[in-house]
Amino acid sequence: MGLRTLTGRTRCRKNFQPKAIRVLAVASGGGHWVQLMQLRAAWSGADIAYLSTHPGYRAECVGSRGASNRFYAVADANFSAKFQLVRQALAVATVLLRERPSVVVTTGASVGYFALVFGKLMRARTVWVDSVANTEELSLSGQRVAKFADLWLTQWPEVAEGSLSGARSPRYQGSVL
Amino acid sequence: MIFVTVGTQLPFDRLVRAVDGWCSGGEYEEVFGQLARPGPNGYVPTHFAWQAFLDPEEFRERFSQATIVIAHAGMGSIISALSIGKPIVIMPRMASLGEHRNDHQAGTARRFATRAGIFVAHDEGAFGTAADAALKAVAVSGDGSRPEPDPRLIRCISDFIFSDTLRAHRRGSAQGSGGV
Repeated sequence: MGLRTLTGRTRCRKNFQPKAIRVLAVASGGGHWVQLMQLRAAWSGADIAYLSTHPGYRAECVGSRGASNRFYAVADANFSAKFQLVRQALAVATVLLRERPSVVVTTGASVGYFALVFGKLMRARTVWVDSVANTEELSLSGQRVAKFADLWLTQWPEVAEGSLSGARSPRYQGSVL
Repeated sequence: MIFVTVGTQLPFDRLVRAVDGWCSGGEYEEVFGQLARPGPNGYVPTHFAWQAFLDPEEFRERFSQATIVIAHAGMGSIISALSIGKPIVIMPRMASLGEHRNDHQAGTARRFATRAGIFVAHDEGAFGTAADAALKAVAVSGDGSRPEPDPRLIRCISDFIFSDTLRAHRRGSAQGSGGV
């Protein structure tokens, strides 16, 4: 494909080959990560980078099936430890600035919250998949992320239905298992 | 080997104590635990070997070689067990005992109680029965069904990533080439 010029020649635009979409897939360690790995097929074909809280996960996503060359680990944190949270937020912001993804996908928790919010501020499109562990109400991060998530999913139909009337509800589209 | 894991964040004394009592009494096979860091007054088991954390590779190996897995009611443990057809005993953490930030694990335990291969001990009193039931289940051998993610979920996310982004790209390049 190229641009047709006035002389009828086809001029190839530099880098016209449609670039793979840059996706940053994010999850903290443990169950959130396991769920993120369950979703891998969803970004097959994208230019994918991973972000987690455990350096040991690198082997799982670099140079293997569904491979990516890029894996980042930042320190773990949760919403009850302020200092760790701030440090994690800064580290996540650094990764976002380096990656500049078009899409951020996350299964939580705080690391996913930061990636999604910063991603949104940088005009990425954002996906929140609330952990399947949250069977009765959305996780704290999941509730906080509402305003920033373009695609906002719960893995339980009851959680999607149980939201306050009038307020926007997370959607249910099945679960990772 | 029976593999015990309390997940990657917090210790879980109540479960560790239950396992320690349970395996001290009988002729059970070797038990090994990944127990996070017990607090200053934390319970340290005397009847089985353990480590605070394992790297993911060793964790996976222990997990897959175990006859049964004993765990907190965390999704990582549950999905990992289901995906390789490993019988698993789960006990939920309780926020009122400082074991987690909220009680979502109780909901998880209730939801997954009916799945084949999952044995729920709602508290330490019910642990021994659940663990013995899990050991018995090994002999029966599970159906080996792997939990596949719902295709709808994959499609929903995939469509979001690709269709919408492509449309936006097309719009962008249409505007970009307008002046040529």
